[in-house]
Amino acid sequence: MSTIEKRRCAGFDLDVQSVRDLNGALHAAVEPGVWEVINPKGRHALAVGLTLAHEVRIVGHAGYYCAGMNQLAKVVVEGNAGTGVAENMMSGKVHVMGNASQSAGATAHGGLLVIDGDASARCGISMKGINVVVKGSVGHMSAFMGQSGTLVVCGDAGDALGDSLYEAKLFVRGKVASLGADCVEKEMRAEHLVLLTRLLQEAGSGAKPEEFRRYGSARKLYHFHSDHVASY
Amino acid sequence: MCGIVGLFFKNSEMEPELGHHFAPMLETMCSRGPDSAGFAVYDQESREGWFKLSLYHPELGYEWSKVAEGLGAVGFEKVANHVLMEVPEPDGPVLQQMQLRWPEVTVMSAGRRIQIMKDMGTPQEVVERFGVRGMRGSHAIGHTRMATESAVTTAGSHPFSTGMDVCLVHNGSLSNHNRLRLNLEREGMVFHTENDTEVAAGYLAWRLKQGKSLHDALEASLQDLDGFYTFAVGTHDGFAVLRDPVACKPAVMAETEDYVAMASEYRSLAELPGVEKARLWEPEPGVVYSWSR
Amino acid sequence: MNPSLRESQLFSRGVIHEIQRAAEEGIYDIRGWGTKKALPHFDDLVFLGASMSRYPLEGYREKCATDVVLGDRFAKKPLHLKIPITIAGMSFGSLSANAKEALGRGASEVGTSTTTGDGGMTVEERGHSDLLVYQYLPSRYGMNPDDLRKADAIEIVLGQGAKPGGGGMLLGQKISDRVAMMRDLPKGIDQRSACRHPDWTGPDDLAIKIEELREITDWEKPIYVKIGASRTYYDVKLAVKSGADVIVLDGMQGGTGATQDVFIEHVGIPTLPALRQAVQALQEMGMHRKVQLIISGGIRSGADVAKALAMGADAVSIGTAALIALGCNHPKWQSDYEKLGSAAGFYDDYQAGNDPAGITTQDPALTARLDPLDGARRLANYLRVLTMETQTLARACGKSHVHNLEPEDLAALTIEAAAMAGVPLAGTDWIPGKGKGM
Repeated sequence: MSTIEKRRCAGFDLDVQSVRDLNGALHAAVEPGVWEVINPKGRHALAVGLTLAHEVRIVGHAGYYCAGMNQLAKVVVEGNAGTGVAENMMSGKVHVMGNASQSAGATAHGGLLVIDGDASARCGISMKGINVVVKGSVGHMSAFMGQSGTLVVCGDAGDALGDSLYEAKLFVRGKVASLGADCVEKEMRAEHLVLLTRLLQEAGSGAKPEEFRRYGSARKLYHFHSDHVASY
Repeated sequence: MCGIVGLFFKNSEMEPELGHHFAPMLETMCSRGPDSAGFAVYDQESREGWFKLSLYHPELGYEWSKVAEGLGAVGFEKVANHVLMEVPEPDGPVLQQMQLRWPEVTVMSAGRRIQIMKDMGTPQEVVERFGVRGMRGSHAIGHTRMATESAVTTAGSHPFSTGMDVCLVHNGSLSNHNRLRLNLEREGMVFHTENDTEVAAGYLAWRLKQGKSLHDALEASLQDLDGFYTFAVGTHDGFAVLRDPVACKPAVMAETEDYVAMASEYRSLAELPGVEKARLWEPEPGVVYSWSR
Repeated sequence: MNPSLRESQLFSRGVIHEIQRAAEEGIYDIRGWGTKKALPHFDDLVFLGASMSRYPLEGYREKCATDVVLGDRFAKKPLHLKIPITIAGMSFGSLSANAKEALGRGASEVGTSTTTGDGGMTVEERGHSDLLVYQYLPSRYGMNPDDLRKADAIEIVLGQGAKPGGGGMLLGQKISDRVAMMRDLPKGIDQRSACRHPDWTGPDDLAIKIEELREITDWEKPIYVKIGASRTYYDVKLAVKSGADVIVLDGMQGGTGATQDVFIEHVGIPTLPALRQAVQALQEMGMHRKVQLIISGGIRSGADVAKALAMGADAVSIGTAALIALGCNHPKWQSDYEKLGSAAGFYDDYQAGNDPAGITTQDPALTARLDPLDGARRLANYLRVLTMETQTLARACGKSHVHNLEPEDLAALTIEAAAMAGVPLAGTDWIPGKGKGM
């Protein structure tokens, strides 16, 4: 799809039109378009379930589950995003220019989520392949039960980072308040720096890869064992 | 399970506009709590030696003049099924006197500035019924309720008064309130509903009675209250916010030079003046936030 | 055995064995199946067949309809089932691909729905199920918006009767390459699924989640909310307030693929009282029959189905019984069961992954033992029998539609059942506890 074909712009004013109007139009479109949404005012489920490479600009703050289950589309929130932004995203890109609330990128399988500000608790919970780059800090229990994918935190991480982690890769530049059960610091190898460099670049962050530390699963909780009973 | 909102003016010039800004905040939270709604407004202080009562009786035709006369009030203001009056500080505790003489009347709040009103119905209905839009004051907290385990009644609505000029609203669900209620009853606290929030309110009142500061009382609640909660607390001259350490229930704060506001969702803050330039953040788990002036 | 030996009621041989096993292994017992203890159940209720005061319908001749519509509260495309019996959610991973295929084929043959489970939707089960309900679980294993749109309904799972308040489990021995791939996890590791959803908690946030799912699927798919029976009266009301089209209520007798025994036997309330509380909650809200209620947890026969409908359910769901129909615990595998220290009729080690019947396993040699076509035929036969039995009882009570069965068509044989089901003790008009609500 060339850029020229995508230039079909449409504007939505959510003070006048409903969220259903917006999502209905986005779903009914037969080819990708460029869309602008004004007056979101924290409304929920904006631009959810997209399947085409739309470009959606949300001017203002979004409520819960903005860009949920996104496929291929690029969604930009020029404000803060509520709970579960880009939850279960499969592909595409979601960019939050402000802060994100809890469970950002929860269970997402793919695509890139960039948060310019901070993300609160449980960022990347049960992540399954998504790449998340947070330019600020993340709250407690981030990457809880993270299965795969990458969480990059340019600021600090709250308590219990990576609790019960599976194979997700975590990179933190600042302080980590505490590591969760079975999460340990790991050696930063060349391939990790390559991955980190690419993600920082894609996210438009100027942070230097060598300033980050890597965390991952110790894999000690992969099988039930009474010796680990205190960790369950 | 509910929506909660709070608005606290740092700039006293905004006081005439309190209801105008606060009413839409409450109405927007209807989807989180359609069963009942309530609020506490903090307005001008009562005369020295007097204090304000907010009283409730389900019957609109209830004869309030006898109560007012009995308590020595100079008149009263009837607002739907509530009545507001200023009474002189009596020799004995007024609340006990109320309980003995007019057990059919519920005391919603007592204090020098606080007035609590709450009722069944959607937030829109409650806002209209009590004329919230025209109210003035320095701060207000409010609640819209989706009843979980206790009954949908006026008494089970929030806010719950926790003593003179203090009240509490709650979003979440406590998991140890039954045993805690028994323990507090043993300490002399009185409860009127099966509601978990009333226990949290009673707990705070008990801690305050022990001489703890509001901040310390809230800190202590982190140890003694189990379950999920976001609390907003109104006090004589300020308000406070606390989330439990797991912090699943949402809360968002906005602060400008003129005000501090909190809500379960940003939607409720969206129409506040200058909110687009406000500092927006989510309260950290297990951290007590408080403002006063 | 020496007849003078006296077994302790408290420390029975089973209890002694379990203490010794725990001391040996240092881990709690994890197993499949459902509760094994005796509980008040539908067996404790009987129908008051018509005679003089009521007129029965002629068996096999006079019409007794069995169809049901699920999810017409908000969804544009509700499900139309020919029979009020559905197949409960069971995951690929917990069950073999052949078992899932057999369930889909068998259910489709008689015009009812099947349900996915924790682990996502397989191509085979979508292909072989005319009506497929897609479970939306805390783990979100294999959760995919394409599959969401392919589903006929979405079931948000909050809990399960075998373990209200607990998450899923799948032990490493059942994590094959395919299961691992579908769940985005390494092969062979023990999986603990979350007990809470990762991005919402409580009914106020559930309402927003339901709104999102409806927006994604353009308000077409019915949204079911599944709960494990515990604080049922409240949970049902909250599910309605959150915007559910259908409530799936799983009683304590509901089965599981792998759960701690202590959970199975000690958490939740039986199906009988849960059903009554759910119907009471719906009726108080004026939503009975508007938000449909599917009950599960120990449904075995047409009698169970008819009694559940009479108490107010719109449909029932079966899990364990469906597996038995496919061949689980069949005597033909007796020698294999014995090798595992079990026996036909006792086998409950669904967690172990070495099911001789080839149903709850991923072992290719074992899964080949279940021919999906044969399994489908058996399941369809069984569902037909359940349906005919249900009709038989409904006709005997003079009903031309099974949904016209009422609690007043029932009497209870025990005080416990009378109290829990809210129907009078047989021969009396006494319902213990009536008048005190809930």
